[in-house]
Amino acid sequence: MFRFRPRHPLSTPPAEATGAAAAEAPLVEVSDLTVEFTGSRKASAVNGVSFSLPKGRVLGLLGESGSGKSVTLRALMRLLPPRRSRIGGRILVDGQDVLALDEKGLAHYRGGIASMIFQEPILAFDPVYTVGRQIAEAVRAHDAVDWATARARAIEMLEHVQIPQAARRYESYPHEISGGMRQRAMIALALSCRPKLLLADEPTTALDATVQIQILLLLRELQKEFGMSVIFVTHDIGVAVEVSDRLAVMYGGRIVEEGDLAAVVRNPRHPYTAGLLASTVTPGLRGRRLTTIPGAPPDLSDLPQGCAFAPRCAFASADCAAAVPPVRAFGQAGRLACFHPLESAVPGALGPGPIAVPTA
Amino acid sequence: MFAYMLRRIVYALPIALSVTVICFLLVHIAPGDPLSAVAPVDAPTEVIEALKRAYGLDKPLVVQYGLWLGRAVQGDLGSSVATGRAVTGEVLGAVSNTLLLAFVAACLGFLAGCAMGGIAGYRSRSVLDRVVSALSVAGVSVPHYWLGMVLTIIFSAQLHWLPAMGAGPGGSGAWTWDYAHIRHLILPAVTLSVIPMGMVARTVRALVADVLGQEFVQALLAKGLTHRQVFFHVVKNVAPTALAVMGLQLGYLLGGSILVETVFAWPGTGFLLNNAIFQRDIPLLQGTILILSLFFVALNLLVDIVQPMLDPRMRRS
Ligand SMILES: Nc1ncnc2c1ncn2[C@@H]1O[C@H](COP(=O)(O)OP(=O)(O)OP(=O)(O)O)[C@@H](O)[C@H]1O
Ligand SMILES: [Mg+2]
Repeated sequence: MFRFRPRHPLSTPPAEATGAAAAEAPLVEVSDLTVEFTGSRKASAVNGVSFSLPKGRVLGLLGESGSGKSVTLRALMRLLPPRRSRIGGRILVDGQDVLALDEKGLAHYRGGIASMIFQEPILAFDPVYTVGRQIAEAVRAHDAVDWATARARAIEMLEHVQIPQAARRYESYPHEISGGMRQRAMIALALSCRPKLLLADEPTTALDATVQIQILLLLRELQKEFGMSVIFVTHDIGVAVEVSDRLAVMYGGRIVEEGDLAAVVRNPRHPYTAGLLASTVTPGLRGRRLTTIPGAPPDLSDLPQGCAFAPRCAFASADCAAAVPPVRAFGQAGRLACFHPLESAVPGALGPGPIAVPTA
Repeated sequence: MFAYMLRRIVYALPIALSVTVICFLLVHIAPGDPLSAVAPVDAPTEVIEALKRAYGLDKPLVVQYGLWLGRAVQGDLGSSVATGRAVTGEVLGAVSNTLLLAFVAACLGFLAGCAMGGIAGYRSRSVLDRVVSALSVAGVSVPHYWLGMVLTIIFSAQLHWLPAMGAGPGGSGAWTWDYAHIRHLILPAVTLSVIPMGMVARTVRALVADVLGQEFVQALLAKGLTHRQVFFHVVKNVAPTALAVMGLQLGYLLGGSILVETVFAWPGTGFLLNNAIFQRDIPLLQGTILILSLFFVALNLLVDIVQPMLDPRMRRS
């Protein structure tokens, strides 16, 4: 039903990305983003996140539960509860200052320029409207077309995400179709107005392993076809490797390491990244000992003064507890926030050489 | 869908039948002799026996029930002991007055409750939310007749804005939708609307707050809908349950109207029932209760049938 094209994510990045795209202004530029939740559940969920994303590239955002990945995405969509959160810093998407948009500007931006797909498609659809109607509604929110045209475009999108019998599925309610179909429909909805940026918040976590792969392949295919930029949030390094061009690793609401996929996976510099990689089951690592990172993730309502990872870090010293390590450029295109970066291959981390990518 | 409706109707039949049994037995369960209202206490036995035969009270209970039911199905509920008029006519006249009052009160209560609940749900945990919650608790717990009397004292006795008694100028008479009649409707309808208002406000508040907390609201915003467009989604999600609660409240309104009708001398079933009880007018009592109960059964049936029509999640089962 879909074409299976094996990828080689660790080979050199595609030619079009290095040459022309590098000179262009990036599609997304986030600088010093902070998100604080006020009210009853106080938390500093995001603490100075900066990154940029060129057109047509995929950034994998990796991190443990509670590291602030979803909050970062929701800040990019301006979906955080306005009365219970404070957003700081700057978000530029396609030249627009997202944090300064008014209600009308937001309605155009959301879905038109940036779209989002959610972790649990069953929760992301309104249960009392048909799936198709909700896609048509998105079309009508951005283009002045009548329902018949919107319906035709919705069915076309459903076909595009390889949903069989799209015209019939248009009339289905969310609870009437399978989880995989729902996520396809969610993707159809998100892409129905040809956004330039797609934000995917663990879109495959709630699905079976086989369906997961299908959805990942579909996303990758559509990303190429539409030339979108994608920020793909996951805590599964295998998934991140499958879809990303670049990787950013989050910990305690900060990006601790960022770089090209191959560089980060082959040669992690931050002890947390190395720990994450070492604790992942990978077919290529069969026979090697799996290690886990000792300790628990930080309490976001009471972050330590220094590096948030220091209490769990084997390499931590006094300076780590004293101040947050600044983000520095590292290697060719990498960035790192650590006082004691790992040099190269470290016992426990992945060694050099080809890495088998988990595909099933 | 059709099969579902049919099944619901079939399920309602035994309930309706039990209602008739209970109504019939009411006469025999109630303390005192049903004949005591007709015959003098010191009547000779022959007279009592003759009366028993005349009312069919000498036959076995099952036969009596069968005969009574047979007549009731044909619309004959006997005649009032007090006035001698046919019970059916009396009850139907009163039912239409009660329905009018209950319907207007239900609409008032529903609209006000939805508005209050909607605001509270959208502003949950704010001061406004607490005010609405307090009001709805008060609305549900304040006694009807007390509120009715307070309103009468303020708006009739003190301010002379509205009449306090009856359903129209110059005592009873047929209802018409003119100013003189509507003036009589305002106070009883407002009094009666307070309970459904409180119930609906609380239900809608909880539903709206719940819907707004769900992820799909974020997803609707994420595709570029405005808050106004999202509001329509919220309404469609909340409507089935809110309407079901209202439908059941309508049933309670019919029962609850008894005290309000008495306070305002509104010529409805409540008023009729009240008279029947105090005059020990058993056939009238029986007929009124029967028709009200059957109405309640029909209303529940209607709620069961309409709710799945509005809510696609309930359609399948
Ligand atoms: N609406 C909110 N109010 C208060 N705190 C919140 C809110 N939303 C998120 N948080 C907090 O922000 C922190 C980061 O949450 P976030 O959802 O971004 O984590 P995540 O990295 O996406 O984790 P996961 O892998 O579990 O999805 C959490 O500690 C969470 O408790
Ligand atoms: Mg998350």
